[in-house]
Amino acid sequence: MNPMENGISRRLLLRGAGLVALVGLGIRFGLAPALAAAGDKYPEEAFKQKSGTDAIKLLYGKTAEASDKVKLDAPEIAENGSVVPVAVSTTLADVSSIAFLVSDNPNALVASYKIPAGTVPGVANRIKMAKTSNVIAVVEAGGKLYSATKEVKVTVGGCGG
Amino acid sequence: MASTIRVRATSSGDITEVQVLIQHPMDSGFVKDAKGEIIPPHFIQQLTFEYDGKPVFVADWGGGVSKDPYVKFAFKGGKKGDDLKVSWVDNKGATDTTTAKIV
Repeated sequence: MNPMENGISRRLLLRGAGLVALVGLGIRFGLAPALAAAGDKYPEEAFKQKSGTDAIKLLYGKTAEASDKVKLDAPEIAENGSVVPVAVSTTLADVSSIAFLVSDNPNALVASYKIPAGTVPGVANRIKMAKTSNVIAVVEAGGKLYSATKEVKVTVGGCGG
Repeated sequence: MASTIRVRATSSGDITEVQVLIQHPMDSGFVKDAKGEIIPPHFIQQLTFEYDGKPVFVADWGGGVSKDPYVKFAFKGGKKGDDLKVSWVDNKGATDTTTAKIV
């Protein structure tokens, strides 16, 4: 093998290793929120987080403050944890996103909705709950994060048999 | 094949209310079957609603959304007789699309 070729392949190898390291770092420190905020990309990493706090950080890159302007509709008691109807509405202006989390689910983040301008800031859906837990609704409005939390008691869990 | 998507979009004044029901197992990957084996994850990841060529609502979902998912929202400016396009893609790359008339 001639020395030139050898040098190139070694450099390529090194560069490859560097890239892998960079990507690894990026996922941990801040690249993922930028991707999630970029728009249509599915926020895969956020959905894999166990804790709601980590999922919110990955999704939005900031933390939420509790607000009575976020109205979370959820039952006091859910007899069947595999179908729990929850809805959120808000009087906040300039809403761009709404998310639902269940603190004690294996993966806390359940759903995240993008709300373009002209769409009413509210959504109703049905979620699964493994056991009695806090349900958290997060609303992004005017670049800030607001949340509402409600405990839902589950008599029969919806995850794991 | 019949569509997996059932959608109802009703216009009233300035607001169009949309309800959708989709047939999908939404397996989270945390549930075991009768033999005690994990049922692999199989769930819709993204559901998009388009009106007049623009997205009016985009849902990103994890395995925590219930089986045969239901969602309801509303947007401004839809007209009776116009089309609303609904499409989803799941974690295995399967997709479905339908178009509904706003009534």
